[in-house]
Amino acid sequence: MALVALALAPLGLKNYGIYLLTLWCVYVMAGMGLNLTVGYAGQMSIGHAAFLGIGAYTAAILMKLGVPFGFVLPVAALNCFLVGLALGFPALRVQHHYLAFATLGFNVLVFLFIRNEEWLTGGTFGIAGIQRPKLFSFSLDSSLSFYYFVLVSTILLAFVLWWIVRSPWGRAFAALRDNPIRAESLGVNIMAYTLLAFAIGAAFAGIAGCYFTALVQFIEPGPFHVTTSLMMLLMVIVGGSGKFFGPMLGAAIVILLPEWLRFMKDWYLVVFGLSVVCLMVWLPGGLLSLQDRFFRKA
Amino acid sequence: MSLGIEFDKVVAGYSPTLTILNELSFDAKEGQITLLIGPNGAGKSTALKTLFGLLSPRFGDVRLDGKSVVGFSPRKILEHGVAYVPQGRNLFGSLSVLHNLELGGITLKKNLEERIEEVLERFPRIRERLGNQASTLSGGEQKQLEVGRALLLRPRVLLIDEPSIGLSPIVSKEVFGMLRKLADGGATVLMVEQNVRSALKYADRALVLEMGRLALDRPAAELLKDPDLNRLFLGGKKS
Repeated sequence: MALVALALAPLGLKNYGIYLLTLWCVYVMAGMGLNLTVGYAGQMSIGHAAFLGIGAYTAAILMKLGVPFGFVLPVAALNCFLVGLALGFPALRVQHHYLAFATLGFNVLVFLFIRNEEWLTGGTFGIAGIQRPKLFSFSLDSSLSFYYFVLVSTILLAFVLWWIVRSPWGRAFAALRDNPIRAESLGVNIMAYTLLAFAIGAAFAGIAGCYFTALVQFIEPGPFHVTTSLMMLLMVIVGGSGKFFGPMLGAAIVILLPEWLRFMKDWYLVVFGLSVVCLMVWLPGGLLSLQDRFFRKA
Repeated sequence: MSLGIEFDKVVAGYSPTLTILNELSFDAKEGQITLLIGPNGAGKSTALKTLFGLLSPRFGDVRLDGKSVVGFSPRKILEHGVAYVPQGRNLFGSLSVLHNLELGGITLKKNLEERIEEVLERFPRIRERLGNQASTLSGGEQKQLEVGRALLLRPRVLLIDEPSIGLSPIVSKEVFGMLRKLADGGATVLMVEQNVRSALKYADRALVLEMGRLALDRPAAELLKDPDLNRLFLGGKKS
């Protein structure tokens, strides 16, 4: 039913509405990756926007060189997977807020790189004139066709995540999150799974970055700042960290709610901020924890 | 009867300034339950952690079947047929009973389903709760699941820390009986237990630790009859 709703959702909307729905899909992809790292594997990360940026810039640079999107996607994912693997190493030594600051530092580093290395990234001027990909010979230039393309890609990526979390890997991630020492006593390779949690999460964000580039067709460093990382973390937590549909709901709240509140004019961000504060106070497990509460009471 | 576990003058602790095991030497034989007892801080749990590779000895040697395992990771120790059930609740409460069992076999390359079936035959109560979340099991069921999960790898050596903690006397008896069967099947069981009198009834040998050293090594049945048992266990002076 949700899929039908998503398929019908853009039909009555103007271009900006369709753009927002497509952006929601992009952040759902990135959020699913962050949910794997934070929610399923219990690692802290406030540097996920860096991977979105690496994926986006990899796509932009390669697409400007005429490399087909179908080839750009795996390259960006692999690129982010390898960088994510490297970022996982601090997690083997530090945890919680120390790890949060390590990942934050990484985000700042990537942001400064893409802002200052003009020869590669265009610096603050960014990279413009990126063409939307084609699906075989079918043009994806219109907002609607591109939305459906991104929606189908999001669903496919969701299936990949579903498979991961239902596989022995998923159980190992949960064990790592719940109690690493107990997990180790069962033979779970803590080092490998910690690194994998970062690497797979990063690869998801890298893929999302490719779609982001194709959506906006112009990229500059702004969207990959630490504030975006915090926003992505908010998506995961508001929706329900460690819950499969958490980032989908969370991204809807973070991307779409401010738009729905725009009729309040200057007050819309105040109302949005207060809503998030209240939500965190009453539902620290995220919106999807509401069903747990409901069933417990029932 | 060959040697299962050997500790040879092992010195270990949680930091360079905090030494728990002070040249601890003992052995535990195959087909026996060896009970480690002693007052708090005597080094019982530390000995298990050291054997399982969670702590590295600063000096001395730890051997399994005569081969040194010092410096081995827990995963490698596990591959040598040693399973470890730590103190307290050791299940992953957010996962189902089946998923907890599957985690126990994460190092298995094949035959996981067959091994799970084997465990379920041994613990029929667990079979009934297979789809339930592990946190919803009773204390006794949780302990059965923990031990079952450890047995999934068919370990030759089982290290178990306070198996009766938080369990009713009836369930504790069941757990001890289960360990007895395991030892009778040829496994080496090294158990730390505060419920000394009950545990001694099922054990073959009792090793009393004091200040990280072996203070006494006696057959369990003999120690059970000793009127000085409480003093030995608590580490107090003879009146």
